[in-house]
Amino acid sequence: MHIPDGFLSNSVNAVTFVISAGACTYGVRRVNRNFGEREVPLMGVTAAFIFAAQMLNFPVAGGTSGHFLGAVFSSVLLGPWAGLIIMTIVLMVQCLGFADGGLTAIGSNIFNMGVIGALGGYSIFIFLYTLFQKSLKGFFTALAISSWFSVVMGATAASIELAISGTSPLKVALSAMAGVHAIIGVGESIITTTAVSLILKTRPDLVTCYVKKEVFHEKTA
Amino acid sequence: MKRQLDGFIYIGLGISLLLALFLSPFASPHPDGLEKVAEKKGFLEKGESWKIWKFAPLPDYAIPWIKNEKLSTALSAFVGTLAIFFIVLGLGRLMRRRGRVT
Repeated sequence: MHIPDGFLSNSVNAVTFVISAGACTYGVRRVNRNFGEREVPLMGVTAAFIFAAQMLNFPVAGGTSGHFLGAVFSSVLLGPWAGLIIMTIVLMVQCLGFADGGLTAIGSNIFNMGVIGALGGYSIFIFLYTLFQKSLKGFFTALAISSWFSVVMGATAASIELAISGTSPLKVALSAMAGVHAIIGVGESIITTTAVSLILKTRPDLVTCYVKKEVFHEKTA
Repeated sequence: MKRQLDGFIYIGLGISLLLALFLSPFASPHPDGLEKVAEKKGFLEKGESWKIWKFAPLPDYAIPWIKNEKLSTALSAFVGTLAIFFIVLGLGRLMRRRGRVT
């Protein structure tokens, strides 16, 4: 879903850049306020995993491939603002180091995969998780649904940007992008739930969103 | 506690590096969702016409001077994964330090 240079108009890139920069500035402040010695290496290893996993394209229908995004994954582990920062750093390294995603489109890519993917995906997660009354089953159901949405919503945002830029009419871009990403999103759900369940089994204290309740009780007890 | 966390970091990083090194060469070579749509809807060339950033050291996840495609992909994935870890560690330390008295 990395948009290269030349797909989007300057005004679209400028607007998304301003929104993404604003979100990241606030995100850095939030991370700065909450994170200490312990969380920084966790951010590093989460970002490294996301980078590696994003390279493992899996085939989907019709000669197309898809890959892991990791926006909901990182948000559920470390909180949505850290998730946004992690996605932003991964995208910037991919752009500057590997020529994946255009430099002029960096704001749009951060917007689609970070702001929409991490913050948007996390909002859906926390809404569903609360709706399911924070049960273990509810946790994984919310995780699966929200990670699917993070990919499809990111693709939808990309289609809207393509349409506003005059690259492809909205109807055409939206149906094609949402269609293929609805399948890629299933892969996203499977990888996210598998990875999180493995971490939850071995180190439940590292899944910020899941343990919040229990940690709270421990601390107040 | 500190030691346990260290263990998790090493294991997590180790798994990521192994994935990068051994699975990335066998990833699907097909275009991704956006590329495929661009190809089908005829706006792919728009993205190939120009590139503003020409200094990427490992363009398209390959090491330019290694001819073997699989080896080239595997090593660039390995380098990238390790680099990301240290970049986030560095930036994270900066973020943490600013405005915090420790």
